[in-house]
Amino acid sequence: MTSVLPSVSSVSPNQSGYEAVIGLEVHVQVKTRSKIFTRVAAGYGHEPNTLTDPVVLGLPGALPVMNKAALDAVIKAGLLLGCDIAPVCKWDRKNYFYPDSPKNYQISQYDQPICRGGSVEIELPGAARNVMGGHKHIPLTRIHLEEDVGKLNHFASDSLVDYNRAGTPLMEIVSEPALHSAEEAFAYLTSLRATMVYGGISDCDMEKGQLRCDANISIRPVGQTTLGTKVELKNLNSISFVRDGIAHEIKRQIGVLERGGVIVQETRDYDGMTGTSQSLRTKEEAHDYRYFPDPDLMPVRVDDPWKERMRAECPELPFPKQRRFIEQYQLPYTLTSVLVWDRALADYFEETVKLAGVAKAQTVGNWIVNDLLREHRKSQAAFADIKVTPAHLAANVKLVDSGAVLPNAAKEIFIEMFATGDMPEAIAERRGLKAAPTDSGELEQWCRDAIAGNAKAVAEFKAGKESAINAFKGPVMKAAKGKANPKLVDETLRRLLAAM
Amino acid sequence: MSQPTDLNIDHVAKLARLALTPEEKATFAQQLGDVLHHIEQLAKLDVTNVEPSAHAFAVENVWADDVPRPGLPVELALKNAPAQRDHMIVVPKVVE
Amino acid sequence: MSEVFYQSITQLAAELEAKKLSAVELMQAVIARTKAVEPRVRAFNSFDESDALAQAAASDTRRAAGQSRGPLDGIPVALKDVIAVKDQPLTASSRILANFVSPYDATVTTRLRDAGAVLWGRCNCDEFAMGSSTENSGFHVTGNPWDVTRVPGGSSGGSAAALAAGEAIATLGSDTGGSVRQPAALCGVVGMKPTYGLVSRYGLIAYASSLDQIGPFGRTVEDTATVLRAIAGHDERDSTSYRATILDYRAELAAHKGPWRLGIPKEYFGEGLDPEIGAAVEQAIAFYKSQGCEIREVSLPHTRYCLDTYYIIATAEASSNLARYDGVRYGHRSKQAKDGVDLSYQSRAEGFGAEVKRRIILGTYVLSSGYYDAYYLRAQKVRTLIRRDFLEAYKDVDALITPTSPVPAFKIGEKSDPLAMYLCDIYTIGVNLAGLPGISVPCGFTKSGLPIGVQLIGQPFQEACLLAIAHAYDRAHDWNTRHPIL
Ligand SMILES: [Mg+2]
Ligand SMILES: [Zn+2]
Repeated sequence: MTSVLPSVSSVSPNQSGYEAVIGLEVHVQVKTRSKIFTRVAAGYGHEPNTLTDPVVLGLPGALPVMNKAALDAVIKAGLLLGCDIAPVCKWDRKNYFYPDSPKNYQISQYDQPICRGGSVEIELPGAARNVMGGHKHIPLTRIHLEEDVGKLNHFASDSLVDYNRAGTPLMEIVSEPALHSAEEAFAYLTSLRATMVYGGISDCDMEKGQLRCDANISIRPVGQTTLGTKVELKNLNSISFVRDGIAHEIKRQIGVLERGGVIVQETRDYDGMTGTSQSLRTKEEAHDYRYFPDPDLMPVRVDDPWKERMRAECPELPFPKQRRFIEQYQLPYTLTSVLVWDRALADYFEETVKLAGVAKAQTVGNWIVNDLLREHRKSQAAFADIKVTPAHLAANVKLVDSGAVLPNAAKEIFIEMFATGDMPEAIAERRGLKAAPTDSGELEQWCRDAIAGNAKAVAEFKAGKESAINAFKGPVMKAAKGKANPKLVDETLRRLLAAM
Repeated sequence: MSQPTDLNIDHVAKLARLALTPEEKATFAQQLGDVLHHIEQLAKLDVTNVEPSAHAFAVENVWADDVPRPGLPVELALKNAPAQRDHMIVVPKVVE
Repeated sequence: MSEVFYQSITQLAAELEAKKLSAVELMQAVIARTKAVEPRVRAFNSFDESDALAQAAASDTRRAAGQSRGPLDGIPVALKDVIAVKDQPLTASSRILANFVSPYDATVTTRLRDAGAVLWGRCNCDEFAMGSSTENSGFHVTGNPWDVTRVPGGSSGGSAAALAAGEAIATLGSDTGGSVRQPAALCGVVGMKPTYGLVSRYGLIAYASSLDQIGPFGRTVEDTATVLRAIAGHDERDSTSYRATILDYRAELAAHKGPWRLGIPKEYFGEGLDPEIGAAVEQAIAFYKSQGCEIREVSLPHTRYCLDTYYIIATAEASSNLARYDGVRYGHRSKQAKDGVDLSYQSRAEGFGAEVKRRIILGTYVLSSGYYDAYYLRAQKVRTLIRRDFLEAYKDVDALITPTSPVPAFKIGEKSDPLAMYLCDIYTIGVNLAGLPGISVPCGFTKSGLPIGVQLIGQPFQEACLLAIAHAYDRAHDWNTRHPIL
């Protein structure tokens, strides 16, 4: 790690005198065209039960066949998070009955997951918005691949089952119990989600159920090393519910202990709308999944060439990118914290800088973060469909830099460029937004008049006050009706003042 | 290896989702006790350093490329459904 | 020459090709025979006359146009009711699937269609293929055509009985612990279990996935070879399907000439073997010896562990495979259910028969928390030892020769104790545990007129050789020209 970032090793205990210990189990849907064990299409938002076949429905006689792309994706995810990829892994059946489970067993990985170890780098909130927070690595236990189940829709007197989602490839990413607050959990999920999206592994849209999170939460008095009784919190189905639900659960547990009660090992269901949770089942009712190797599937061997192929597809992740942007382009933290979290945005930035020059990196960054994102938000178009390409933006930056266009005019040009996709030069020409090609005699006269009209500023400039020169520029611009080339004005003023 | 008396028929029937009558429980407990007793002899065999066989002929990396093909039309998918509504399968209210 | 419905595929194919017989006439003869004997044999769960006749007519049209698909074109083949045929019932002889109609074809079904076979009838079996007598069918008991008060064996009893009674020209069964070979022996027909992975399991209702294999029944070894050729081959829909070279097994019969080296596993000739069966098998061995084959005794020392190993692995897998029958998506749904979870408890209680429940309970138990290592994992290790025994023996011999069943067809209702019934599979289950090919060939009759079968066990994927060895015996004997009086 570079020295750019502060790091945090210890965690501030809860002011109540208790420390929370949290482990997250995150399920991420892998973005594949077909399902994990059959080739019917995978997808979201289709009419109920239109994405099924004998395998998805668990019809008598149907058999599973692995999807190579799902394996590729989990290997890539493992490499991105620094996991050890198992040379050989296998498939197991996890047996439990539920109406949304077509076979009443889930094909999963039990004692030989495809990835072990690794970590997720997180950033904690900084002292202020423009100050980078501390970083830490949250260790992972494992990542394995499994199949998703169908969806139950509950009504007053019955339930309806749609199996479209059943058989969608699902990665289960299990962290060590190494998180200590709702904020850390939030940061963990934010980082994990960005990693998956960066890798093209999943879109991680929580509203579509593409990322789902369960949390194991316990508390202990500060200083105690053994773990308290854990409670599993389910249905944390938005990132803010994760934060709120965990905060609520920590508070609930502290409340129980303070009232002299004991924490019961149980599974609780969090309702984000009401901010409350209720018990689903206690430990005594815990499942006995009767895992055993699935005889219908063969083992998977991951050799080095396969791993290397996937490594070659691994992109640079947000945090390393942020460190690089700060060092390579001298960008302020605030700019990078907007740019790096969206791979398309970060790529857009770098392409534009390549065309406009590294010296203009911060200017480019400002254009993107302020103007481009503002117009993009207003347009509601997909980022990929934006008409302003890096070439457009770089050209606009150069126009300002050369003095051919004034900053305010450039802003106008940008808006029109965004709407039409025309190059800035053409827009400036068409709309008469170019700085006036004033003849030097006229400009020189305006400058002489301005100098003559402000003896105080002349004296100050002569005394070494550099900024005093700005006092002449206003009158010159006024005389030029705003169309003088500022670079030329500056040069002329300096020449005349030097000759005095 | 465990004694046949370890067979808690109620617990196992629950795991297997089988509602058994008291008569069935009694009969199965006795019959399975006999079978489990017979199975005891496996415990005598030394299986140290023996690899388990999950497959008769294990082949690795049997997969297909990620190319979708048509599935079942919804009418055919639900043809055997005991009850359906709005192209979904109806089940009595699920309470765990 | 015997009646049309008792002729072999080889004979019928020649007549069809010579246009001395049409596929429709053949199908009509089989339908008439079925209607005549079915009240006593009850080999079928269902059959669809008009569908079969339409298929036969299509075959005749193909042949008339010079587009015959080969020796199976127009031949009525009946399938065990665990193999999916699109738009036909698929019940596994279980009340839980009594009204299920398959929306898709099994791979073997597609392959039989491609070979022009007329798909005929759904054969009765033990419920979910769990049993050795077909008495566990949820619908009715099938009678052995040689004595309808006796069982046809099982679990593919309906497939064996239908063939023996002239209700089909060839049939398919499935063999998890002997379920093709044992009923073949008890009904006096040829039955084969191919090497695990040779025939696709896609569309076969799973009993024990790591042991199940679809296999053909034929009147002769030659017919069995013809059907095997049609159904064998790699299938991308079955991950356990093997990329083996598929030969024209019938044509290969002539290519593989003896003499062979045959092994006699001494553990297969001990206590519990019916003396008449022992004697018949000895005579078969003597035949091979007379043909110049080298006969040597071999040992399969872990044979005594086969039964236990089998019942742990098979029931464990079955407990999971049968979890999908819960009354939710298809199959029997209880009307007594209090809620969505109770629905599964009640539907399964009402839909499954006693033997299925027994095996589900046993399988669930051996996988449950705290018992996995002692039972399932240990059984998987013993399976390795059993397999090694066979591979060791094959260093010295080309095939093994054993009885198929320790006893001939027994009376319906005679074996009420599950353990006694399990012992019927004592000579066949080792083959499934080791994944090997095995075939049962008729080799005589008891004094009371019940068929006896001899089992030949081959090397992995060496079906051509195994069939040739079996054919050498079959060709030289005329057991298959005898037919039951019905
Ligand atoms: Mg989990
Ligand atoms: Zn999971």
